[in-house]
Amino acid sequence: MIRRADCLVLGAGPAGTEAALAAAEAGLDVVLIDEQADAGGQGWRAPLGSLTLPRKGADAEAGDRLRSRLAASGVDRRLGRRVWSVGGAFRLDAVGPDGAEAYEAPRLIAATGAHERVVPFPGWTLPGVIGLAGATVLLKAQAVLPGRRVVVAGAGPLLFAVAAGIVAKGGTVAAIVDMDGRLAWARRLPGLARRLDLLKEGLGWTWSILGARVPFLAGHGVRCATGRSEVEAVIVGPVDADGAPIAGPERRFACDALAVGHGLVPGGEVPKILRAAHLYDRLRGGFIPELDPYGRTTIENLYACGDGTGIRGARPSAAAGRLAGLAAAHDAGRLDAAAFTALAEPTLQVLSEYRPFADTVAGAMALRPAQVAAIDPATVVCRCEDVSRAEIDAAVDAGASDINQMKHFTRCGMGPCQGRMCGDVAAELVAQRRGVTRETVGYWTQRVPLRPVPFDTMIGSFDYADIPIPPPAPL
Amino acid sequence: MSLWRATEGVTRPAEVTFAVDGTDVSAPAGEPLATALAAAGMLGLRDSPRGGTPRGAFCHMGLCQECVVTVDGRIVQACLTPVRAGMQVRLGGTLR
Ligand code: FES
Repeated sequence: MIRRADCLVLGAGPAGTEAALAAAEAGLDVVLIDEQADAGGQGWRAPLGSLTLPRKGADAEAGDRLRSRLAASGVDRRLGRRVWSVGGAFRLDAVGPDGAEAYEAPRLIAATGAHERVVPFPGWTLPGVIGLAGATVLLKAQAVLPGRRVVVAGAGPLLFAVAAGIVAKGGTVAAIVDMDGRLAWARRLPGLARRLDLLKEGLGWTWSILGARVPFLAGHGVRCATGRSEVEAVIVGPVDADGAPIAGPERRFACDALAVGHGLVPGGEVPKILRAAHLYDRLRGGFIPELDPYGRTTIENLYACGDGTGIRGARPSAAAGRLAGLAAAHDAGRLDAAAFTALAEPTLQVLSEYRPFADTVAGAMALRPAQVAAIDPATVVCRCEDVSRAEIDAAVDAGASDINQMKHFTRCGMGPCQGRMCGDVAAELVAQRRGVTRETVGYWTQRVPLRPVPFDTMIGSFDYADIPIPPPAPL
Repeated sequence: MSLWRATEGVTRPAEVTFAVDGTDVSAPAGEPLATALAAAGMLGLRDSPRGGTPRGAFCHMGLCQECVVTVDGRIVQACLTPVRAGMQVRLGGTLR
């Protein structure tokens, strides 16, 4: 059975949900699909249904408001579905609770979000080392702490959110290790002050961290994580403003967990697989689809919004989602030009008000090329296939000129994570080794399945007798 | 050492018991298996295919595939699999 609709929205985070709501309000039959059991995405994720928590954070409340608006809307919610294929104009294949499902519509809005970048260091594959975004999921959705003594390291606002979350839940943060120096944050203040509400949230984190007297190392990075079968300690040292390690005293922190992350990378597999034009934008996290102000890609009737189109954060993503939903409704002839403009104008305004704040935060989360340049040759870059930096360099020296050739030479990016964990860093390594731009090196060729799915679920209840056999041609 | 569950003000569902390589482990029903295993001190879930180095849950959101284990004979991502009473979990060697 194929569920046909006017518009499909893939991804039920702030962007996708707002897009679905706007399109449905304008009269489109909208199906909203997501892998998680509830809307909200990673940032506004709902806590596990079975948990009762003492107090909700601002993000959980924003998520609750979004979820209740969605529940009251006419949007057909298909949650808990893992979409593994996208094609045509447009069809999605998914695996749901009862097996294979298919969806078709003349319009598709891709809102698949971002994933974390972790720039490799020796020991980053040890159990007990987790991403900052993963730590956020544990803290917010599960009320679980990553360890008894946690080192929180990397760059960007997630550092402080995770550290404050651990402190609030009664855990111990062994140290906060921030690649940015104090100067960098001071320079960012004017941009952050443009959104006082969000700045206040940030200051609240800082306050609780100060209260807990957590050692805070500004302008430091992780040198290595050590341990036999699990992480036991982290060694940190000073880095310069570009993220390159510099001489200076190193410090060792004993811990049972390291939460580490260096910003976010736009996911955006869908526009890539459908061959929309992309451009590289380091501030926005990597390759992003070329969009008009409303989220139209270069492919007709394909729209994209949210962090998958460049890192901006949840609230600006919600605004961008609304614009994409309105554009889809307008293009489908459900909103005339006047109504479209009247609805879109205020949202465009909101988006531009967020811009200085979003750019400032994105700046803290952007790739630091000097940090990548300093990766030790023996360090594993591709976790799935255990490919080291030295092997990537050797492939480039042997003639691999872009990211896909390098993949064929080394198997880097060929494993089950499909290059999501290493892609941004691997491409940067190739670009640096060749001395060319990231545009020249390109991005992984996207292929289905978008996510691993069991083969038997994918084919559904299939029987040989179902294959139509044409009658044999007369002799 | 391990993840731990915050207690202050948090109410969790009743615990259920399941087997990990023959050993009984308990965790609140519905908790992601990756969390339940780590809370029981089982951080290393498998070895990497080429280097043979220990690996455990890394992203906790279904992307990295480092948490892959076998549940009742099927390969699953532990961070996306809710804990059920009586499930049979096998660690190690998957995706090899
Ligand atoms: S921990 Fe990354 S997929 Fe489960």
